[in-house]
Amino acid sequence: MTLISLIPLIPLIGFLINGLGFKSIPKSLVPIIGTGASLLSFICVFITYQQFNGDPIIVKLFDWITIGGFNIGFTFQVDQLSLIMLLIITGVGTLIHGYSTGYMSHDAGYGKFFAYLNLFLFSMILLVLGGNYLIMFIGWEGVGLCSYLLIGFWNKNTSYADAARKAFIMNRVGDLGFLIGIFLLIATFGTLEYVDIFEKAKAFPIGDAAIVAITLALFVGAMGKSAQIPLYTWLPDAMAGPTPVSALIHAATMVTSGIYMIVRSNILYTLSPFTLEIVAWVGLATALLGAVIGLFQNDIKKVLAYSTVSQLGYMFIGLGMMAYTSGLFHVITHAFFKALLFLGAGSVIHAMSNDQDIRNMGGLWGKIKITAITFLVGTIAISGIPPFAGFFSKDEILAHTFEHNKFMWVLAVAGSFLTAFYMFRLFFVTFKGNFRGTKEQEHHLHESPSSMTIPLMVLAVLSVVGGFIGLPVVFHAPHVLNEFLSPIYDGSRTVYAQFGEVHLSHQTEWLLMGASVLVAVVAIFLAYSIYGNGKSVPAQDSEITGFQKTIYNKFYIDELYDKVFVKSTESLSTWLYNAFDKYVINGLVKGVTGFVNETSTSLRKLQTGNTSTYVLLMTLGIIIILGISVGSEVWASLKSISK
Amino acid sequence: MLTLILFLLPLITGLFLTWNKNDSLAKSASVLVSLAQIALFIYAFSVYKADATALDFSRTWLSDFNISFHLGLDGLSVLMVGLTVVVTGLIVFATKDLNYDRISKLLGLILITEAALVGVFAAKDAFVFYFFFELALIPVYLIANFWGGENSGKITLKMFIYTVFGSLLMLVSFVVLYLFAQTSDLAELAKIPATLKPALNGLLFWGFLIAFAIKSPLFPFHGWLPDAYSQSPTPATMLLSGLLSKMGIYGIIRILIPLSPQGIEEYSGLVVYFAIVGLIYGSVIAIKQFHIKRLIAYSSFAHMGLMGAAALTMSQFGIQGAIFQMVAHGIGAVGLFYVVKIIYDKTGSRSLADLGGMSQKAPKLAVLFLIVLLGSVGLPLTNGFVGEFLMLRSIFQFQSVLGIVATSSIILGAVYLLRLYQKTMYGPTTSYTENIEDIGGKELVVLVPIALIIIVAGVFPNAILEISQSFVNTLQLVK
Repeated sequence: MTLISLIPLIPLIGFLINGLGFKSIPKSLVPIIGTGASLLSFICVFITYQQFNGDPIIVKLFDWITIGGFNIGFTFQVDQLSLIMLLIITGVGTLIHGYSTGYMSHDAGYGKFFAYLNLFLFSMILLVLGGNYLIMFIGWEGVGLCSYLLIGFWNKNTSYADAARKAFIMNRVGDLGFLIGIFLLIATFGTLEYVDIFEKAKAFPIGDAAIVAITLALFVGAMGKSAQIPLYTWLPDAMAGPTPVSALIHAATMVTSGIYMIVRSNILYTLSPFTLEIVAWVGLATALLGAVIGLFQNDIKKVLAYSTVSQLGYMFIGLGMMAYTSGLFHVITHAFFKALLFLGAGSVIHAMSNDQDIRNMGGLWGKIKITAITFLVGTIAISGIPPFAGFFSKDEILAHTFEHNKFMWVLAVAGSFLTAFYMFRLFFVTFKGNFRGTKEQEHHLHESPSSMTIPLMVLAVLSVVGGFIGLPVVFHAPHVLNEFLSPIYDGSRTVYAQFGEVHLSHQTEWLLMGASVLVAVVAIFLAYSIYGNGKSVPAQDSEITGFQKTIYNKFYIDELYDKVFVKSTESLSTWLYNAFDKYVINGLVKGVTGFVNETSTSLRKLQTGNTSTYVLLMTLGIIIILGISVGSEVWASLKSISK
Repeated sequence: MLTLILFLLPLITGLFLTWNKNDSLAKSASVLVSLAQIALFIYAFSVYKADATALDFSRTWLSDFNISFHLGLDGLSVLMVGLTVVVTGLIVFATKDLNYDRISKLLGLILITEAALVGVFAAKDAFVFYFFFELALIPVYLIANFWGGENSGKITLKMFIYTVFGSLLMLVSFVVLYLFAQTSDLAELAKIPATLKPALNGLLFWGFLIAFAIKSPLFPFHGWLPDAYSQSPTPATMLLSGLLSKMGIYGIIRILIPLSPQGIEEYSGLVVYFAIVGLIYGSVIAIKQFHIKRLIAYSSFAHMGLMGAAALTMSQFGIQGAIFQMVAHGIGAVGLFYVVKIIYDKTGSRSLADLGGMSQKAPKLAVLFLIVLLGSVGLPLTNGFVGEFLMLRSIFQFQSVLGIVATSSIILGAVYLLRLYQKTMYGPTTSYTENIEDIGGKELVVLVPIALIIIVAGVFPNAILEISQSFVNTLQLVK
């Protein structure tokens, strides 16, 4: 129990030390405290994992909110799902903390940065460790706050501060859905504790209206946090934050909260095929949109950001197919290769003296060898080339999609074609050909310190072997992840007998694998033929025209949102204030006070403008009234004596 | 007797200070009394836990009319008196170091307000309640009039007349009930409505409601608020938003609900809708405000709307949420207005157009301001979340579409509060902010306790909810 409580507590303490003592702690100690807290937390998770015997452990710290007979406990729940998430969060988290030691070393806000990272870990741990939906909500909003603070880390720059605010507000739109989901859960089940809800849910029929409403509302929350259409536009802007933040929060952990939420609530979603269909289509649309926009971006981090939006879409496709483990599998492999890619991008940006435009790069392969090789590993992994990690998880999702709906499968495969293309475009333009930056940049080109390259190498290894925890059935090897996670689907199996059955023949499965590999290879070849060896470089902004310009400008979705939501609310605000409030509401006051004023001119005579007079009057009033009360009491007692 | 001391100590000290001319004596006296009040309250609370009736104090006041000076503390009163004692203490600590002349008189008036508020929240007699309900506004009016800007006096007089008008309607309702009961004891009055005709009971409802709706204020009776909050000097604004506004919601729970059950059944739903209109209306207007005090004024008004609506859903969640939020908002509002005052004293401006980049110059202020703001945004693990969560849930249970509309205020709240934060603390510095210094000890003494209360009450809300639960259990609720 104490060990489990230590998992969130240690980063919280790290946050407090670095946060409160940022002036007095020597600079060399800051990363030791920050990274150390993360590492210690990881060790606690690992020991908990070692000791875990398969049965969920519920730890109740205290009653948090009690209203009459309704109680929400401050509870933690350790089970297969929370353990997997905790291992990723604290594991990848520790690597990224270590990386930040080097990456942020020149920044004035070094201590603040580590404090925020620890606070983020704390919130993220609460999110996945919570034993009920409201604890998840604490973490949910907590990571949103940290995301806000870290995107706006360099908030002197107004557009960065704007990006931070946009992220928080858009997430709050999702949180509105989450809260409504919580209200519906209370109304339907009378509790928010997972164990109780999932037990009671077993009695519900498939397609029950209340469950459909709950799952839809919760999914709105997931859309916000996991950047799905229509709530995705904050994530690319979030790249304003320091790159380790993009890797940790906006790729590996926080943005996968939506997937965690749905896997956690799997019985509810299994009960609601209607919602699952929506989840799948939203995921598919997002996967394609992200990939299309990613095709023409020239900011190294923006490409990765749209790639993340797209990959999150794939995870939701998996969930929509009721293949919860496949979705989660992709969360895991994506955490490895996308964290790797972002950290690699950070290393590139570091080498390029903070330039992020790939049109100024080129030919970096020989200059920053470790970064280049590890980046290539990440690129292969995300493109779906076996035996790299991304292949297995994406293949599982595609196989389930094929079984569910052939048309969706075609679109999903088209998306993975685009993925391989834009990623290799990014790789070739950045690392191949000749250097196109300034002389000064070329002079400064250097490989990053080992504090940064070691995490790259560790993540590169994980991006190669990470997929082996979930080998396809045709390999006749155990699907480790499936077996481990199996207990958390007990509820789903109870309400839906066919849960988890796969009907694909081995032959079909081989074919599907072959198809997706072929598609990836063709895309890579195409990217090579266009961008390989510096043959061509993406056009400058002014030269982009036609439909490509529309894509480059992200289909003008931001501008549309601005007009429809922001500007209209602002006009309403101005109108309500200048017209309605000033005349109607104030008119009411004027009417009443005018009426009172006219009937009692004496009030005005009182206004002599002298403090003492007022105070005198007030004091007299109080004394008179107290006098009456004392007097009447004296009078009463006198009367009683005289009787 | 203890309750009476809680009332008399600030009253007598306050009256003395209004005549005293020695500033340093005034400062130490007011600080001492504030601390003594907190200590007294803690003692009173321990007595309350053992036996609440031991805190009852009753003496015949106007024997011919059967009116008693009756004070006492139950679960609701004890919380509100505690809030009053703590918040006034914070206001005293904040005010004593602000640059006001005639500081002794000012502190005296603050303490008199405290006494009146203790009277309101501890009153067990209708006329005692009415008397203090009116009295509380007088010292605040005087502060606004003599320490405020040019228009402040006029604006506050307008507010004064408007709220007195509302209170008169409450008085009429009280008198009607009194004529039936032949006593003004609140417990006795509560027995009357059951014997009345529904039509008459409905009238009583509106008499009470309008008084409390103006005081809180609830939509559309908030016309006095934006000017009064933004033009009054900070001590008056802190008293108004932190404590006096709570009299309205308190009145709804303490007076309206028990004294006009038929009216509640008939009309409360309508009022819930209006109050939620106010929540959204205030939030939307706050989005475009540049004057910081006015922005917070509208935000405060929006919060009051949610409290009023939640209380009138007549559900456990709603009333518990409203009570919790009264306590949370009382602390938070004082924090916000105090930060605005600090910003103004440092930069000479209250306009978002002039400010920016202050976090670079004043990191301590930036952190504490953020915590206070997050409480107002309703982030979980701050005290703002608990009340908001309970209240929004009660509205959702009352009517689901209205609940969704009300819950959308969490988005609007984030919009205007983060805008406020960004335009003051983030971005490049301006000519107003480039030479400022960070806050020091005298500000930290006020802001650090506020920040701590915001977090502690957010992590352990049950400490407060348990106290109010004992009161809520005595109400006859539908849900």
